[in-house]
Amino acid sequence: MSSGTDFTLAIEGLTVSFDGFKAVDDLNMYIDRNELRVVIGPNGAGKTTVLDLICGKTKATDGSIKFKNTELTRLSEHQIVRAGVGRKFQTPSIYENLTVFENLEISYPKGRGVFGSLTFERTAEIDTQIRKIAAEIFLDQHLEQEAALLSHGQKQWLEIGMLLIQDPELLMLDEPVAGMSVREREQTAELLQRICHGRSVLVIEHDMEFVARIAHRVTVLHQGRILAEGAMEKVQKDPKVIEVYLGH
Amino acid sequence: MKSFFYNKLLGGKQGAIGLLVLALVILVVFPLTLDLFRLNLVGKYLTYAFVAVGLVLLWGYGGILSLGQGIFFGLGGYCMAMFLKLEASSPENTSIQSTPGIPDFMDWNQLTHLPWFWKPFESFGFTLIAILVIPTVFAFIVGYAMFKRRVGGVYFAIITQAIALILTVLIVGQQGYTGGINGITDLRTLHGWDIREDSAKYTLYFVNAFLLLGCVMLGRYVLTSKFGRLLLAMRDKEDRVRFSGYDVSTFKIFVFCLAAVISAIGGAMFTLQVGFMSPSFVGIVPSIEMVIFAAVGGRMSLIGAVYGTLLVNFGKTLFSESFPALWLFLIGGLFIAVVMFFPNGLAGIYAKYSQQLAACVKSGRGCARSLVEKLRSLRPGSRTGAGSQAGESL
Repeated sequence: MSSGTDFTLAIEGLTVSFDGFKAVDDLNMYIDRNELRVVIGPNGAGKTTVLDLICGKTKATDGSIKFKNTELTRLSEHQIVRAGVGRKFQTPSIYENLTVFENLEISYPKGRGVFGSLTFERTAEIDTQIRKIAAEIFLDQHLEQEAALLSHGQKQWLEIGMLLIQDPELLMLDEPVAGMSVREREQTAELLQRICHGRSVLVIEHDMEFVARIAHRVTVLHQGRILAEGAMEKVQKDPKVIEVYLGH
Repeated sequence: MKSFFYNKLLGGKQGAIGLLVLALVILVVFPLTLDLFRLNLVGKYLTYAFVAVGLVLLWGYGGILSLGQGIFFGLGGYCMAMFLKLEASSPENTSIQSTPGIPDFMDWNQLTHLPWFWKPFESFGFTLIAILVIPTVFAFIVGYAMFKRRVGGVYFAIITQAIALILTVLIVGQQGYTGGINGITDLRTLHGWDIREDSAKYTLYFVNAFLLLGCVMLGRYVLTSKFGRLLLAMRDKEDRVRFSGYDVSTFKIFVFCLAAVISAIGGAMFTLQVGFMSPSFVGIVPSIEMVIFAAVGGRMSLIGAVYGTLLVNFGKTLFSESFPALWLFLIGGLFIAVVMFFPNGLAGIYAKYSQQLAACVKSGRGCARSLVEKLRSLRPGSRTGAGSQAGESL
């Protein structure tokens, strides 16, 4: 199983148990480049835990997570990020007392060491890049605004932008449209379609309408195991999925 | 180069003015208005301000509350004291001892030769390096052990307090090596230069003041860099910083070491100006007092911390001369009051009211102008008469 794969992300036999309770149980999942995968499932299915395991927030009990054939389970959080994995949290996690520009600047992948950060200079190149990303996340008119004053949806976008500026090859988004208006959801769907080119995107979402719009493939988790996987139409017709999740 | 100095070290126009005022106060006003005794006292207070400046970086921006900064103040002070003590303990000076040539307290404790770790302190160069390196290394070890394991908040505060206590107990217990509870006293000369003389006291006061201003500028540089923004970001959203590819612990270790080395410089200057060093400046009480200095001055303001230190210490001198028993209650009450009502201390009050004042002055002018215009429009016939008079009087 340790041989190289073409997948951006290859999860094999992943297990984590908290005091004997297996939150994720022998999970296998493969994500391709350019793929936008959505993970759905009822509460407590282990969706967020899977993201926690990939980004190193939680340590796996067993199994392997290979990102471009690099084993992630042995790396620390910042090393995983530097390898090219970005993660958005469920509640928008931005620096409220900094401006939108500064939020993006702090996330810019330069000056990441102690001494690098002491000598970091805002170059024209960085400035251009920040403005480009800001335009992409619909915040180019809000660059000088304090992040705390953004709407909930805009905060979600900002956090996505803070990941995009690092140009990750795997982008993980935990409930990116929670608290967004219908219009904002549409914009976000377009954004996600755009940004999955050249990278893999892994999204956790509850809004089935939104999932249907964006997902290339869907994975249904239930009690830490995969219940079904495939295209949205196929998954939606799966009787097991209807019983544990969609039927409710 | 010029803009680097102006923007990074002085912090732009606002920062440069603040720093200039502080420099005027401690370099000109105090030396001109205070007698030598009081000036020396201010010099002593300013050595505590080093610790407070370090705490602004560590606690104000980094969000890491250390209740053991006295450790580093003490380490710096003891390094300097060891050098001065050795110079004061020349065989001629100590000829009445049973072992001449070693510090007096060692002789009293039946030591017959200089302990190995005292030997390097015969060199002034080594001592200067030790003042900077020993506290840094110590802070690195403590910081590495704590921050790599993600110990923080109250737990970190308690551990630093425990270390301060351990160090005090160690110093007091190892009397023969450290001078015990009395500390290292009777310090006289530095390379033959008598530090007890009036002229020396003036010189040391100014050296101290310049070093302090230098440390404030160093702090400015750190805080205006990306490092400073990262410190704030870490304080509020540590996980976001970590998952943006930063190794949070190394940043915390660095700022802890930086605060330590700044404190140690203060400690060394304390020894030089006051003429002794004792465990009463290492332990829990002085460490907490220094946190209060920073809190009163404003934990988000490097310059505020200096004023806070001076103010609390003036208060301490004033009150403890008349009501010695009340002082500890008073400073405790002060701390509670600051935390509850003025979380940003003096600097916060200043920022709030200076803005209001400026706004008031501006809007006041605006009001006057609009009032004048109203008057003019009301009395079109006397446009040049009453209107302009009203305008002048306003």
